[in-house]
Amino acid sequence: MDKSILLCGVGGQGTVLASKLIAAAFMQAGEVVHSAETIGMAQRGGSVTSHVRIGENAFSPLIPSKTADLILAFEPAEAVRNLPLLKENGAVIANSVPVKPVNDMSYNGAEAVDYLKRRVKNAIIVDAEELCREFGSSKFFNIAILGVACGAKKLGLSREQILGEIEKRVPKKYLEQNIAAFQKGEQIGESYAAE
Amino acid sequence: MNKEYLMGNGAIALGALKAGVKVCAGYPGTPSSEIIENIVKYKSPEVYAEWSVNEKAALEVAAAAAYSGARTLVTMKQVGLNVASDPLMSLAYVGVKGGMVVVVADDPGPISSQTEQDTRVFAEYARIPVFDPSSPEEAFEMIQQAFDCSEKYHTPVIFRPTTRVCHAYASVEFDGAEPRPYEGFVKDSKKWVIFPRLSFMNHEMIEKRNPEIAEDFSDSALNFARGSGKKAVFASGVSYAYAKEFLKNREDVVLAKISTPHPFPEKFALSVLENVEEALCFEELSPYIEQNLLKIAGKHHLPVKIFGKTTGNGKLSGENSADIAEEIIGEFLGEKRAEKRDFSDMPKLPVRPPVLCAGCPHRASFYAVKTAMSGKKAIFCGDIGCYTLGNAMPLDMTDTCLCMGAGITMAQGFARVEKDTTCFAFVGDSTFFASGMTGVVNAVYNRANMILCVLDNSTTAMTGHQPHPGTGKNLMDDITSRVDLTKVLEGIGVAKIVTVNPLNLDEAVKAVKECAALDGVKAIIFKSPCIAVEKSAKKMRVDESCVMCETCINEIGCPALSAGNAGISIDATLCTGCGLCAQICPVNAIKPVGGDTNG
Ligand code: SF4
Ligand code: SF4
Repeated sequence: MDKSILLCGVGGQGTVLASKLIAAAFMQAGEVVHSAETIGMAQRGGSVTSHVRIGENAFSPLIPSKTADLILAFEPAEAVRNLPLLKENGAVIANSVPVKPVNDMSYNGAEAVDYLKRRVKNAIIVDAEELCREFGSSKFFNIAILGVACGAKKLGLSREQILGEIEKRVPKKYLEQNIAAFQKGEQIGESYAAE
Repeated sequence: MNKEYLMGNGAIALGALKAGVKVCAGYPGTPSSEIIENIVKYKSPEVYAEWSVNEKAALEVAAAAAYSGARTLVTMKQVGLNVASDPLMSLAYVGVKGGMVVVVADDPGPISSQTEQDTRVFAEYARIPVFDPSSPEEAFEMIQQAFDCSEKYHTPVIFRPTTRVCHAYASVEFDGAEPRPYEGFVKDSKKWVIFPRLSFMNHEMIEKRNPEIAEDFSDSALNFARGSGKKAVFASGVSYAYAKEFLKNREDVVLAKISTPHPFPEKFALSVLENVEEALCFEELSPYIEQNLLKIAGKHHLPVKIFGKTTGNGKLSGENSADIAEEIIGEFLGEKRAEKRDFSDMPKLPVRPPVLCAGCPHRASFYAVKTAMSGKKAIFCGDIGCYTLGNAMPLDMTDTCLCMGAGITMAQGFARVEKDTTCFAFVGDSTFFASGMTGVVNAVYNRANMILCVLDNSTTAMTGHQPHPGTGKNLMDDITSRVDLTKVLEGIGVAKIVTVNPLNLDEAVKAVKECAALDGVKAIIFKSPCIAVEKSAKKMRVDESCVMCETCINEIGCPALSAGNAGISIDATLCTGCGLCAQICPVNAIKPVGGDTNG
């Protein structure tokens, strides 16, 4: 299988764990996996990306333009920023809640969300705050978005495959909440798939 | 076999362990830091690893072990090599007995660095071999060959991955390994003591030896070419991976990989150049391969045309990418570029410069100094670490940043020429131990006028929270003697030393004002742990009494605070309850959640 998944967001949102879970699940399924992370300065609130590339034909760590099958965006403007990587008919799942840079309180994400809806057929836009409210912290969104992708059949992994890795890699203390967040995301994904 | 999925830095660590490394030393620096961390994770108890106080110390610790015949590994980022260059230049003359690999991670972009220096050029300058891997898998194998080369020629060698190799993940098979047996130090002052006579002789030996190594490299499978035709693309490092991906279905182009840039594998390159009409060099940083090919073409009077950065066929700065490969190699091959999708209608996207974390005590320290000095002439010299981010608006508290430790000495220099100006140096605790102490000695000795602000958060935060001499922990021991900052400063002779909690704004401002009124060298230790290490469960919230003056937003720039239609809000997942915003709110509208107090 050749597949490229881009995760993007703002430093501190938990994209790295999500990309590790995806990579691990594909490896468990016997695929060759490469990935690349943003590490360094940008982790302090800058734009970050994780590139996950599955298959024998990926030689370089970064996804070339117009070849990503799926973008998982933790922030709407970051989804827009990375759209040039998406392939024709690729899928985007994006959080609609903006992260405002400290020097630009005028940005509110609305334009970015509109743009995604306009440019991407079947963009799945979710409100992370609403989704995560019952878990008490948007920090669970990194797992929930995997649920959305899985439920919408965009991830290329079964729920058992990805849940298996979540159980292995998420601290016991938060496991139950994470599984619940995954399931809630999954329902949202499924309802999109049904539409 | 155990399959490990790990980052390039992990693969480098496993490769070194498999090669039987005994002593590993490094200083943290993005993108190299995780090498030592992975050594510690996978090593057998016989392997010794340390975070040295700086890169020079690391290289010297390892050099001695290599004199004794043990295999040794040193790690640093590219600018770290500037610090370690003193011992390295001499060591290149003296040589080693056990294999010694100095990993120097370059950072094209630069993504997290001050410079875009090219370590291949440094290796040539030091007259020692350098290896240039293009993927984690290759790095794992190649570093083992680097150890062999080092031992065969009794020379330290450089291993030079770049950020995209260090931080790319792949699977590597590893079963554990033990250090190689070694002979021990054999005294021989004619060999180990560098004197002009020895340097003269060894210099000649090195210049005679390097062509031999080049010959070895030309015959090595590390440098190879595939494809045929009248055009060749030469690439190295991660640029090779981009080129390979772009050319994956093309047999009519030669793709040549240079894995050992110095001593340049001339014979190999010549065998490619003789059979083509044009060659393109696709590389990052300096036009290193390009210059070598030009030399070879000139020396052998080849009719081949060489393209690269110097002919406008390559970016002069920054990193390469798959898209740049398409652009540059595509143009070289006369290909029409594939249509780009049009995104010119994209909305304006927010710029996201990195910022200090919500609740970071550095923000409070900067704000205290800013408040105390408001309306007065002051210069704020910054340094390397998270606190370089103090330059961002609205804090705007970093006027200069040059290199590790420079803030302390630059503050002294400013005071010599800027009249009626209070000169501050901000330095983190790890940077202070790495290269700040000598600057303080300089200040005391030369009767400078300055205020040293040590931002003591008890960790090396920017590079991923490594311990340092002030933390009371090292890589091998949970408890070691803690080098006491205050005592160090006292010992050097700093007359006025105050320690304050920066999160107590009034007290911190008072301390700054007090020091600013005195002459000579003063030090303020702002002590409060990095919130990324000591997580806090406290939170603040804004209540109804908020008058929307936006003081909190405009003064401190905490990313947990935001202003929107619904008023000022605090993001509960980010806020650490540090209380800085509450202390500056003019109407006391910011209160602890659940009534717990924080000063
Ligand atoms: S208390 Fe205020 S300044 Fe401190 S982290 Fe929370 S919002 Fe930021
Ligand atoms: S990691 Fe620590 S030192 Fe660095 S910005 Fe965050 S809180 Fe401050």
